[in-house]
Amino acid sequence: MHKFLVHKRGDHVGVVTSDIERGDRVTGVFMDDNSAMEVVAGQSIPLGHKIALVSHGDGEEVVEYGQIVGVTTQSWSVGDYVHTHNIRSKRWS
Amino acid sequence: MAEQIWGYRRPDGSVGVRNHVVIIPVDDISNEACEAVADKIPGTLALSHPYGRLQYGEDLELHFRTLIGTGKNANVAAAIVIGIEDNWAKRIADGIAQTGKPVAWFGIEGQGEIETIRQASWRAKEFVQFATELHREPVEWSDLVVSIKCGESDTTTGLASCPTVGVVVDRLVDAGATVIFGETSELTGGEHLIAERCVTPEVRDRFMKTFDDYVSFIESQDADLFGSQPTQGNIAGGLSTIEEKAMGNIEKTGTKPVMDVLKPAQAPSVKGLSFMDTSSAAAECVTLMAAAGAVVHLFPTGQGNIVGNVIEPVIKLTGNPKTAKRMAEHIDLDVSGLLSYEMTLQDAGDELEKLMVRTTNGRATSAEALGHKEFVLTKLYPSA
Repeated sequence: MHKFLVHKRGDHVGVVTSDIERGDRVTGVFMDDNSAMEVVAGQSIPLGHKIALVSHGDGEEVVEYGQIVGVTTQSWSVGDYVHTHNIRSKRWS
Repeated sequence: MAEQIWGYRRPDGSVGVRNHVVIIPVDDISNEACEAVADKIPGTLALSHPYGRLQYGEDLELHFRTLIGTGKNANVAAAIVIGIEDNWAKRIADGIAQTGKPVAWFGIEGQGEIETIRQASWRAKEFVQFATELHREPVEWSDLVVSIKCGESDTTTGLASCPTVGVVVDRLVDAGATVIFGETSELTGGEHLIAERCVTPEVRDRFMKTFDDYVSFIESQDADLFGSQPTQGNIAGGLSTIEEKAMGNIEKTGTKPVMDVLKPAQAPSVKGLSFMDTSSAAAECVTLMAAAGAVVHLFPTGQGNIVGNVIEPVIKLTGNPKTAKRMAEHIDLDVSGLLSYEMTLQDAGDELEKLMVRTTNGRATSAEALGHKEFVLTKLYPSA
């Protein structure tokens, strides 16, 4: 059973669909082609929050829905919890 | 969209799904008289609000457009307008009367408040008896004006509840219905996606001008919307940026062309999907859409916005399984099965369509059953 969904292939983050504990090896599904991928969670992540699918440096653009939805404010690795502590809007600072 | 729906056909041909008799105050100081009439005559609704004095320019135009449009809405069978002065009460009543529905107006200054309440109560009683003799008849989906707006969004909104509305919006447009979306601030970061769907370069230019004017206004206030957009509720639900929120929001608009760009509370003049320049605050936005003629509203929510509206039924759906449990009394449709893949998007669209049929045919939404009657006017700037 998948634990996260990804809007589009190429997205940098997935959305957790049931609560994940740190260290869990979890499966995600790409909604555009139903293919699957596995990630080990770096932190606990609650339902509705995001998990990193790629590693990013500071100041890099973040893609979700195939669109740019923000920039990183610190580097993160695959499996990390992604939220306001490590990304921000590109429009409003 | 094969199911027969039933509605009230008004004298101007517009179709409503509710049969309200409303008492509309022109101004804040006429609320008491309107409420006195509504207290005396069951089956009427007083639409109290805090404005209507010393407004001017575009703000005054919006005030008139909203009150006239609310009275003209096809969910309204008859309307009474009460103001402190005759001329503005008459102006609003005359606007509503263009629909051919029964309208009466009263000015308080010339005769006193108690006498106004007496006279208006007589007319309200007649209007209630008139309305109760009207009956639903078979109507077409193409007769309906439907509005969409989401609230207390989270990431499940973009995964489940907004795409479900998007499926139904596409079906409604294919069936010839009119659909209104808005929320100018919540398109930020995705405005290019809406611009690309505008039906002509002229519509696209008007859309981008509306969006750019909005951004310029924020900047002219020496402000940004960080801290307001996304809201604390959005952030608790996992949304990190306005752009991410916008992507989920835009999912609910479906895939059809954007036919027109409307001012706040402006009635659509073409079928299909139109954009209206509105606030993203739920009660304000739905009030403007109802004033533009919307008779049913589809409202995706993530964390559980509890908004209703005094004129149009608001159908609420969520894709968040925690919200579906915690806020159960407010959720009309649970589409959290989309997150677990126990439900397909087409299944969810079918469920929402069935619920629209039942709501259109008279079933009370959760917001209606719980007594939510929000009516919130949009004010553009301070009064003189």
